[in-house]
Amino acid sequence: MTAAIEIDGLVKEFGRNRAVDGVSLTVPAGTVLGLLGPNGAGKTTIVRMLATLIRPDGGRARVAGHDVVEEALQVRSRIGLTGQYASVDESIPGWDNLYMIGRLLRLPRRRARALADELLERFRLTDAARRLPRDYSGGMRRRLDLAASLVGDPEVLYLDEPTTGLDPRSRNELWDMVRDLVARGTTVLLTTQYMEEAEALADRIAVIDRGRMIAGGTAAELRARVGGQMLRVRPGDGADLADVARRLSAAGEGTATVDHAEGLVCLPLARPGDLTAAVHVLTDSGVAMDALDTHTPSLDEVFLTLTGGVPTEGRTTG
Amino acid sequence: MTATLLTPPDRTGKEVRAAARRVGPRAAVGHALAIARRNLVQLRYDPSQLLDATLMPMVFTLIFVYVFGGAIGGNQADYRQYLIPGIMVQVASFAAQVTGVALNLDFSTGVMDRFRSLPIARSAVLSGRILADLCRLALGQAVILLFALAIGFRMHTNPLCVLGALALLMLYGLSLSWIAAFVGLAIRSPQAVQSMGFLWMIPLQFGSSMFADPGTMPGWLQAFAQVNPTTLVVDTCRGLLVGGPVAGNLFGALAWTCGILAVFAPLAVRQYTRRA
Repeated sequence: MTAAIEIDGLVKEFGRNRAVDGVSLTVPAGTVLGLLGPNGAGKTTIVRMLATLIRPDGGRARVAGHDVVEEALQVRSRIGLTGQYASVDESIPGWDNLYMIGRLLRLPRRRARALADELLERFRLTDAARRLPRDYSGGMRRRLDLAASLVGDPEVLYLDEPTTGLDPRSRNELWDMVRDLVARGTTVLLTTQYMEEAEALADRIAVIDRGRMIAGGTAAELRARVGGQMLRVRPGDGADLADVARRLSAAGEGTATVDHAEGLVCLPLARPGDLTAAVHVLTDSGVAMDALDTHTPSLDEVFLTLTGGVPTEGRTTG
Repeated sequence: MTATLLTPPDRTGKEVRAAARRVGPRAAVGHALAIARRNLVQLRYDPSQLLDATLMPMVFTLIFVYVFGGAIGGNQADYRQYLIPGIMVQVASFAAQVTGVALNLDFSTGVMDRFRSLPIARSAVLSGRILADLCRLALGQAVILLFALAIGFRMHTNPLCVLGALALLMLYGLSLSWIAAFVGLAIRSPQAVQSMGFLWMIPLQFGSSMFADPGTMPGWLQAFAQVNPTTLVVDTCRGLLVGGPVAGNLFGALAWTCGILAVFAPLAVRQYTRRA
């Protein structure tokens, strides 16, 4: 398989801040890579460099065989971009958005018109064709944004947090549309803060934190990195969760994390003796416990373990 | 016998991909036209872009003709004839303000990211804007001329002169659009663009022969009014629409217009490439 995206040591600095700090990645053609990370991890900056919107300060990136700096125009004619802040033109109706892009891509009028109709139909926006996108719902706007990025029939599609702020139904709908595109052979680079989304869509996941790639692989491989099992402890009312976490961390190889919303403390069990050690620690602490179990970790837990349990915006855990 | 069957090229995405490294001039024109069309569609859904350029001049006309007309020009009918060519120049300068505000707005929304991620000429957003704004200006002039005729304004020259006046108004409006484009691109906040626009426009309008004869103004203001491009354009249009001397004013008006274009078009383009 040929690589649709090849990134080697990509760096971007904003002033003193290294937003992207030496990221290397390869995305085989026809696959989906999920860039997973909290807000401010550098995901969007990576996408913006790959979309030729900003120049890298270091490293190289090739998209569909073309260098993003040296051959920006060729890259642009092979990519589609669906922005985090939907980049549809709010000032003209949905149909005109698609027609305009068709004309900008030098399609003949008739073809641009037909394609606009076709895409609206495919994304169930025909009824909203003559309305301004500012009157659309969030889901409709994302669908129009996705339709707009498909006018040029791109080989590589960037989806920057495509479902942030969408209700579950719209989100599932958008997921189906993305799966449909992948089935047609489009390579997709997806950024997301949601493990569930990465797991649902991505063949491989790259976990990004503070501009660096801290882990990569399939969802299953990522889980394996944290160890087979996760210990979950629910201390009784009034217990100091942070204190329990600190004690537990001494028992295991990994770091225990606190889920305040659920009132849980979680510890990855990496070595065979960890569970026994953890139980000993808990018994010695004298903390009353409401519940205790072990389970296969979710990607959320994987992420928290990999990033050292850094609290992030928009998440209840941490 | 060899018969070569040439299938007309189907310009699909695939052919776009074969495009060269740089956007050719023909493609660049196509891109500008696509953006211009978008800006005109915008106008249909947000008519305030046109009203901004025509409603205020209409209000000015009504106030100046019926409230101040008698005092300034002796009687309303004479003053109306004096004022209307000036009002048409005012339309050109109000219309130009929208160029700056609209460009500023494009850069502050996500749509610019979409444009920049497409294989299009970098100049398209700017040239498409100017192109659409010329259409908007022509529309504005038509509206104000009909309004003027409705309240009793009469032209006393031949159609060629009228066309000449309109052509000069378009050219002058174009040059003002480039000033507004520069301001709109140089300043980040849309509100600041708006107030900056009025800041440079008001003295140019009132310190001229637009509303009153500069002969009645104090010496220092007279000196300003005489070299003010607004005066030169207004007086030329007066000559071309209601009669009077044209040649001297026309020369000055064209010199100013070309001068503004020569200075502000490169400035705006530089500011644009910096941000695009």
